[in-house]
Amino acid sequence: MRNAFADEITKMAADDERVILLSGDIGNRLFDTYKEQFPDRFLNMGIAEGNMISAAAGMALSGMRPVLYTITPFLTTRCLEQIRVDLCYQNLPVTLVGVGGGLSYAELGATHHSCEDIGLLRMLPGMVVECPGDAVEVRLGLRAALQQDQPMYLRLGKRGEPVVHAEPPPFAIGKSIQIRGGSEVCLLSTGNLLPIAVDAAAELDAAGISTRVESFHTVKPLDERLLSEVFDAYSLVVTIEEHSVLGGLGGSVAEWLADRPTSPKGRLLRIGTPDVFFHESGEQEHAREYFGFTPGGIASRVIQRHANLIDARTGR
Amino acid sequence: VEPVTDIPQLEAIARQVRGKLVAMSHQAGAPHLGSSLSCVDIVVAAYWSALHIDPADPLNPNRDRFILSKGHAAPSLYIALAMRGFFPPELLDTYSAAGGKLLQHPTLGSVPGVEAATGSLGHGLSMGLGMAIAGKVAHRDYRICAVLSDGECNEGTVWEAAMMAPAQGLERVMAIVDYNKWQATGRSDEVLALGPLREKWASFGWNTYEIDGHDMSALVDVLSKIPDGSGKPIAVIAHTIKGKGVPFMEDDNNWHYRIPTQEEVQQAHEILGLS
Repeated sequence: MRNAFADEITKMAADDERVILLSGDIGNRLFDTYKEQFPDRFLNMGIAEGNMISAAAGMALSGMRPVLYTITPFLTTRCLEQIRVDLCYQNLPVTLVGVGGGLSYAELGATHHSCEDIGLLRMLPGMVVECPGDAVEVRLGLRAALQQDQPMYLRLGKRGEPVVHAEPPPFAIGKSIQIRGGSEVCLLSTGNLLPIAVDAAAELDAAGISTRVESFHTVKPLDERLLSEVFDAYSLVVTIEEHSVLGGLGGSVAEWLADRPTSPKGRLLRIGTPDVFFHESGEQEHAREYFGFTPGGIASRVIQRHANLIDARTGR
Repeated sequence: VEPVTDIPQLEAIARQVRGKLVAMSHQAGAPHLGSSLSCVDIVVAAYWSALHIDPADPLNPNRDRFILSKGHAAPSLYIALAMRGFFPPELLDTYSAAGGKLLQHPTLGSVPGVEAATGSLGHGLSMGLGMAIAGKVAHRDYRICAVLSDGECNEGTVWEAAMMAPAQGLERVMAIVDYNKWQATGRSDEVLALGPLREKWASFGWNTYEIDGHDMSALVDVLSKIPDGSGKPIAVIAHTIKGKGVPFMEDDNNWHYRIPTQEEVQQAHEILGLS
């Protein structure tokens, strides 16, 4: 995802001279091509993220389209007040690109984890929260973000994730993308767990549970049309995110569901991190195993919940 | 708008602004009068003598930008904007009223001439630096003037900005610290170790000036220095008095929150020669 971002932002800067890239002292070689082509539109803003956000607001107030890049907890939760006041209250076209969403940097410890960012940023009026599922969606998401006249948050994983989309799909902010069809269970995945969700669906199919997968890349604004459709059509709808079950996609869908005038057919299962910090060493793969963010882990939770639903229906 | 550089004329304007501030605080029941009175001379010198601005074209991309980073002094900004023709002065009567546009801290898009939403301290200078960078990229020669309070310099982001501006060679930026020696609940040199303020800014890479922030002639002079040829951003330590111009409010921090009575408004107007 990281390299796709670096490549796409270079193309965007060529197309639009309002684009300026600000880095919080990371991405040392990542932006070499960009810097070569647009030396006056790249700034290393240092390890001073609060100032970086406010300065970006000043640039946007003067007609530019700043894109800010650093490790996501330092870009988001650290600077929540600057994001709230300078970007959202003033409603400015600034795009925040956080690298290392969820447990991408598991091995660095919880200082570098980001399992609260979606929830905190989606609370802010006017903020769009976009969690691309693969490198293709990173490119499409960035392109769409720079067309918006409002603040945007683009939540990346790290580098080297499997690519899910063989071809660029039609893309719009706030519109979920169907990855595969199915009739019994629907998985709504946001962000970097998309490849795992796709593999989990294959396991569920093999276990006799026909499973649809959606890349629900935009957490805010919520694709309510799609939610209405799937909650009416599927017995079980599952949100999947490398983020706390509080406040993220699962939280958003639960809020939406609670306000529905009538109970739909579908039940909700939220898969995400519980309300804890992760204290163990080990890489992302280990942290994912720990929390059950594996194809088998997700499939077994779905199978269990699905069986409970059938038991409830048949009175067993 | 036509600049005014005649010092007695500017001083007379400042007295008018002070009289209006006291009246508005009373009428609206709104606090921060001492802080507003403290920066009046800075605001008047900027808006009347220095800034290249046009109320008929308030969003001109080449305009100078004035940012009241100490947003709690909003009424001083509103009065200056109204008197300079950015909006009808009658609107000042709606300051802080229910459903009004003039909030106790400036908000973007409320009235022409407000460049940024301020009120949360430690944001304004950074936004000004962003405006300066945008100006450099677009090869525009506009200038930025940001007014900070001394209490505001408690905020860490002020010093992030202070390190960033010289690194980017932002010589068209001036930060003026309204150094009235008070913050909300104590002396600004005691709450945190603020001083020595001039040395701090100088050691961060700024070209510094230290002036009497109520000396109109010194203010007009220093505001004419952006850029000053040093290649550095400029920091002005403006020594001021909280509540300046109304003797019974001067250097009395109760007037951070106190609202003047009708009698006190009259008294103040008499002292200012306005009644």
